[in-house]
Amino acid sequence: MTDNIEALQRALPHVLDGLLITLQLTVAGALLAFVVAIGLGLLVRFENILLRGFARTVIEVFRGTSLLVQLFFLFFVLPLPPFNIELPPLVVGILGLGLNYGAYGAEVVRGSINSVSRGQWEATTALSLTRTQRMWRVIFPQAWALMIPSLTNLLIQLLKGTAVVYLVTIVDLTAELNKLRIDTDVFFAYSLGLVIYFVIAYILTIAMNALEARAKHRLGQGTRLREAVAAPTVDTEGDVS
Amino acid sequence: MNDDQVIWNWDHALAVLPDMLWAFLTVTLYVTLLGSLIAAVLGLIIALARKTAPRPIAGVLTFVMNFIRMTPLVVQLLFAYYALTAVPPLTLGILIFGIHYATYMAEVYRAGIDAVPRGQWEATTALSMSRGRTWTAVIVPQALRSTLPALGNYVISMFKETPFLAVLTVTDMVRAAQEYGGTNFRFMEAITMAGILFLIASYPTSLLIGRLEKRLVYTT
Repeated sequence: MTDNIEALQRALPHVLDGLLITLQLTVAGALLAFVVAIGLGLLVRFENILLRGFARTVIEVFRGTSLLVQLFFLFFVLPLPPFNIELPPLVVGILGLGLNYGAYGAEVVRGSINSVSRGQWEATTALSLTRTQRMWRVIFPQAWALMIPSLTNLLIQLLKGTAVVYLVTIVDLTAELNKLRIDTDVFFAYSLGLVIYFVIAYILTIAMNALEARAKHRLGQGTRLREAVAAPTVDTEGDVS
Repeated sequence: MNDDQVIWNWDHALAVLPDMLWAFLTVTLYVTLLGSLIAAVLGLIIALARKTAPRPIAGVLTFVMNFIRMTPLVVQLLFAYYALTAVPPLTLGILIFGIHYATYMAEVYRAGIDAVPRGQWEATTALSMSRGRTWTAVIVPQALRSTLPALGNYVISMFKETPFLAVLTVTDMVRAAQEYGGTNFRFMEAITMAGILFLIASYPTSLLIGRLEKRLVYTT
């Protein structure tokens, strides 16, 4: 055990570098996924068949093909003709994660907007609000509170998905664990890795629960954030497939 | 025209297919089916154990379940691969996929069990049924019906995560495509075909589950 600790101390700068890459992938990937989810989720509700068809196609392609296939496409195919686009591996990772989980998120956004109660939609017509006012001042704030639990699940999925990027040469936490394994032992290296991922996932869950409590409180529902943060719960009923 | 200048070459697209379809049947589909079977059975066992076991044991089980569910499948695969070198990689893949997804499915079962109306529980008390019969004859059959679509969605998720088997040096469909791309310098056709095969298999299945969901939700 002391050998392991000493080896870990020597490897610590590398492990922290890897952790930083994993965090960058998670944060940047999640931000991109969020933008993609909102964009496609709104677009897919348009009446115009072209816009709707475009959004639906993008969503189904990124949901239906595997994350690793998408990463391989960006990594192996994009640098070749006719594209000739050679992206840095980290960008490949962020793009792949963002587009893949963004497509899943788009369905969450669409579903949440559709489940805002009818009366709210009718009220905006009665008040003759414009389409934009209706969405941003009435519908979206309510849909937002509804979609956070599912988005939390997707965020955890995205964090877990980052572990696969070492297959496209990104030196993330998992890649560093693979090196650490050689100097320490298998049990030590991967147990440490699993605990680190678990702690990140737990912190993200707490943060998202706080966000949900705040969103609900602003709608006049639920308790204040301060009272709600006491016990984080892991919601798993959101649909990830 | 030079082979390199052709954007899409059907000869390569067709040449990569035999290897990929073979890997699809012997690895991708095989792992998905057996992994799903393990996940479905183990998930139900976990869900029932959490409901019926003494509180400390149920607590430990819940923690282990959350731990497995909130950590990456890829790291779990790597862990198992290097820790259990005696087990063949394909078997290991099936086991780890099964266990990982069992933790998701356990939550689906839990929701299904919770959704069984209170009256059903009261009825079993009124009929003085034993605990065992209450679960096996009344609660579980009703819970299972409403869980089917959600379980199906997780099977599709698992199917789309089978390329992670590459971590265990198992040649799944995507790895077969990647190998073909590497030896022939034709990634375009190989990777695109892999994506198309995934789409062909998963999109109709998810439509089917969507329809199943509507039917089961309105009738329960």
